[in-house]
Amino acid sequence: MAIKFQLPDLGEDTEGGTVVKVLVAVGDAVEKDQSVIELETDKALLEVPSPASGKITGVHVAEGDEIRVDELILTIDAAVGSDDAPAEPAVPVKAPPNVEPKTVIQAPAKPEPRPVAETPPASVPGPPQPEPSKPEPPQPVAPSAEVGAVPVAAKPAGAGGPASPSTRKLARELGVDLEQVLGSGSAGRISKDDVMAFAKSRLAPDSDREGAPGAPGPVAVTPIELPDFSKHGPIERVKLNGIRKKTIESMTRSWTTIPHVTQFDEADTTDLEALRRRRNEQLLAGGKAKLTATVFVIKACVSALKAFPQFNSSLDVAAGEMIRKDYFNIGMAVDTEHGLLVPVLKDVDKKSLLQLSDEIKDLSERARRRKVSLDDLRGATFTVTNLGGLGGTAFTPIINHPEVAILGLARSQKRVSMTGERLESRLMLPLCLSYDHRLIDGSDAVRFTRKIAEMLEDPGLLLLEG
Amino acid sequence: MTQLPESSQSHKSLKVQVCVIGAGPGGYAAAFHAADRGLKVALIDAESKPGGVCLHRGCIPSKALLHAASLIEESELAANWGIHFERPRVDLDRLREWKGEVVERMVSGLAGLCRARGIEYIQGTAVFVDSERVAVEDASVAMVQFEHAILATGSSPAIPAALRIDSPRLMDSTAALELPDVPEKLLVIGGGYIGLELATVYAALGSAITVVEMTDGLLPGADRDLVRPLAARLKKSISSILLETAVTSISETKDGLEVTWEGKGGNATQTFDRALISVGRRPNTSGLGIENTAATLDENGFVRVNPARRTEDPRIYAIGDVAGQPMLAHKATAEAKVAAAAIAGEPAAFDPAAIPAVVFTDPEIAWTGLTETEAKEQGRKVKVARFPWGASGRAVTLDRTDGMTKLITDPANGLVLGVGIVGPGAGDLIAEGVLAIEMGAVAEDLAAVIHPHPTLSETVMESAELIFGSATHMHRPAKK
Ligand SMILES: Cc1cc2nc3c(=O)[nH]c(=O)nc-3n(C[C@H](O)[C@H](O)[C@H](O)COP(=O)(O)OP(=O)(O)OC[C@H]3O[C@@H](n4cnc5c(N)ncnc54)[C@H](O)[C@@H]3O)c2cc1C
Repeated sequence: MAIKFQLPDLGEDTEGGTVVKVLVAVGDAVEKDQSVIELETDKALLEVPSPASGKITGVHVAEGDEIRVDELILTIDAAVGSDDAPAEPAVPVKAPPNVEPKTVIQAPAKPEPRPVAETPPASVPGPPQPEPSKPEPPQPVAPSAEVGAVPVAAKPAGAGGPASPSTRKLARELGVDLEQVLGSGSAGRISKDDVMAFAKSRLAPDSDREGAPGAPGPVAVTPIELPDFSKHGPIERVKLNGIRKKTIESMTRSWTTIPHVTQFDEADTTDLEALRRRRNEQLLAGGKAKLTATVFVIKACVSALKAFPQFNSSLDVAAGEMIRKDYFNIGMAVDTEHGLLVPVLKDVDKKSLLQLSDEIKDLSERARRRKVSLDDLRGATFTVTNLGGLGGTAFTPIINHPEVAILGLARSQKRVSMTGERLESRLMLPLCLSYDHRLIDGSDAVRFTRKIAEMLEDPGLLLLEG
Repeated sequence: MTQLPESSQSHKSLKVQVCVIGAGPGGYAAAFHAADRGLKVALIDAESKPGGVCLHRGCIPSKALLHAASLIEESELAANWGIHFERPRVDLDRLREWKGEVVERMVSGLAGLCRARGIEYIQGTAVFVDSERVAVEDASVAMVQFEHAILATGSSPAIPAALRIDSPRLMDSTAALELPDVPEKLLVIGGGYIGLELATVYAALGSAITVVEMTDGLLPGADRDLVRPLAARLKKSISSILLETAVTSISETKDGLEVTWEGKGGNATQTFDRALISVGRRPNTSGLGIENTAATLDENGFVRVNPARRTEDPRIYAIGDVAGQPMLAHKATAEAKVAAAAIAGEPAAFDPAAIPAVVFTDPEIAWTGLTETEAKEQGRKVKVARFPWGASGRAVTLDRTDGMTKLITDPANGLVLGVGIVGPGAGDLIAEGVLAIEMGAVAEDLAAVIHPHPTLSETVMESAELIFGSATHMHRPAKK
């Protein structure tokens, strides 16, 4: 029974990738789920598993090929009796569709916001215009075939009508190219509302764009004219890799669509640290992975998520619904040399601290080697990002859409405090919780953060609840 | 005379965020807007008080004199209504003095506004030392160090070398505005707006005037149908207008200036008591030390700027006459706002849809946006409506039916592209046209807006009605 194996859907955001390695050859026997090719997407290096057990009868891709979803990769003669074999011969087979939607990567820290519009650069474009005329519209970026490249629409028919001076000023402030805006007034006159609607549509996810007034079709953020930096000193232009491009997209989306508020708190982890030290001595002696503070925090988060289920939810604005999740998968931001990845610890509520500790170690190592599978990057319900190892007193993490909250950890600090009559040095862990204020009220955010802090302050509670 | 506060220390050096060079309508406005944004500003000008050409020897004194001229003209017209004045006796000294008072009042007001805003006004001549400093000659402050400079040094009358002779009888606009006397015979070389405005003044005062213009019409740039009523009226007050004629030589004799010209107006030599040269203006860029900065000039001698009015030197901006056409005060002021905003880090660009131009002759001529001539040159289809002032009640009550209002629109959608007006008060009326263009109004909008009756502004509304056929006060049978 021949199976034509096509590149399965890799997730909403990924349309394909580059074949880095073909792991099988014609004649090889493969098991179901055995990796057959290594594919580099803009997010990760991933291994594509075989959909069935059987014998490879055709390899249709080679190393270096750019392939897209649905493209034929292999022909497999499926083993007779395999339950995965399709009923019909030579039926195209796809991997099961993704249940979990996208957002695979995210960065924990707030990016340096670029000014929306800046004064035109020092370099003077050609001779001045002696006659009044509209300023040069920013050059639209040529549409690129590159995956993840932001498409820029050509000027829609009828766009670029007259606009009043105050409207033109607003457009400059928002970085909107009026040539792209379809005016709603007579003679195509562009109003301030038209400009605002256009700017909004530009920021909204693709699905929201259709029907947005003044913005037919997908339109990208107008590239903002940059000054000629080379006038001030030597410069170098460095191409961004796929991870960075995706990060730009997802960060922009999260930052512009979610009203973020960050709640700060601290947990007294003096006792927890003492416990951790003691346990680690034993663990190391037994050749086991150390317990990191992160493991405890992740466990504490699950307790808090159980107590406040709206933090373990997603918001479906269109449907007017909150989607509550009855599983607890925690994303864990990992800093790699290629950029930020967020592998996901699954079913954290069902695992012991030691088990989690091993999993964290394995996942972060694989993330650093870009060896995580897409599955490893999917399905988080909440994210923890620990920058404390590097320093910092506090930061405001950006939520990993479609999640609704993210916990940031900054560097612990020793603080002298009075315990009864005694002066004591206590170790304080700063907690920075960013939450989606549309769904979560400030008071609940305080309670939620307090709950995490309390769990960490009394590790015994973790045993009871975790 | 009010003196600006002079700094006690001589030859001190000053550090400012914005140093504005030239205190005309570009420079003083830029200084004001920068100071209003909380920036520390120095304003340098060779004059003792701000105002520039516009206030000291341009717009303001010329308009004061033109107002006096129009009164003389109107008093003559009044005979038609049974009101007879004697021929006015002109006390030239008092007229000059009054003009001086007008100017003094304005420039003192500006000096007060400088003080109120905490702007350091420095009288002296500025020269760039480099991209961060200007040296000021003959001033209380020897050196000004700046984060940003705004160049607003304006322009000066251009006098062709062949006609440059050393004689008080040969005047530029500055000298003519000084009203040295009322010459019996005055030659005006150049039929642009400055020449015609000053010709109007001197004609009213009693001079016999000859205008020599090199091109084939007065006021190059303006649509011919707007110029026609002016030309017709000038025929009565001006002895002769010689078009397509060039003055080739001027020499001084004991009787006056002997001037020779050639061209369609004939080849002749005549003697005049005085001659006014008004053939154009040149941007003031020399002796400024621009070469010590990264700023550059374009092929026409203007300082090259980008839409924010920044020169090729990132610290230096340029506005007004020195930064390009049209050389008009309101354009300089508009650019001043842009430059000040850009320096303050605001998104700013000089991107007007229309800049009005006004000629304060009698009748006045004003236009804005696209002219019919330009449309023709560009091969652009336009729909034009002309409303003659004979159909305006207000014009009839003024006994001035020689005016006309015209609207230039886009035939596809009625968008107002240009407005042209000739007639008394055209300069004030044109503002509505500028607003219409900037706001993206269509002819239908102008026709539907209620205009007060009886005023000349109704002619704008009625010209818009004409785009669609007949206007209330003008019947045009539908074309078969
Ligand atoms: C007779 C006449 C009538 C006019 N009528 C009108 C009118 O009706 N409407 C209109 O819009 N425009 C009119 N104009 C034009 C108008 O005056 C100019 O467009 C306007 O003044 C330009 O302003 P500006 O700020 O660029 O410079 P200017 O007004 O030219 O001012 C420049 C200033 O810089 C100073 N300066 C130059 N170099 C230096 C230096 N190195 N150091 C220190 N100071 C320096 C000068 O002393 C001057 O005060 C008229 C001009 C003339 C001559």
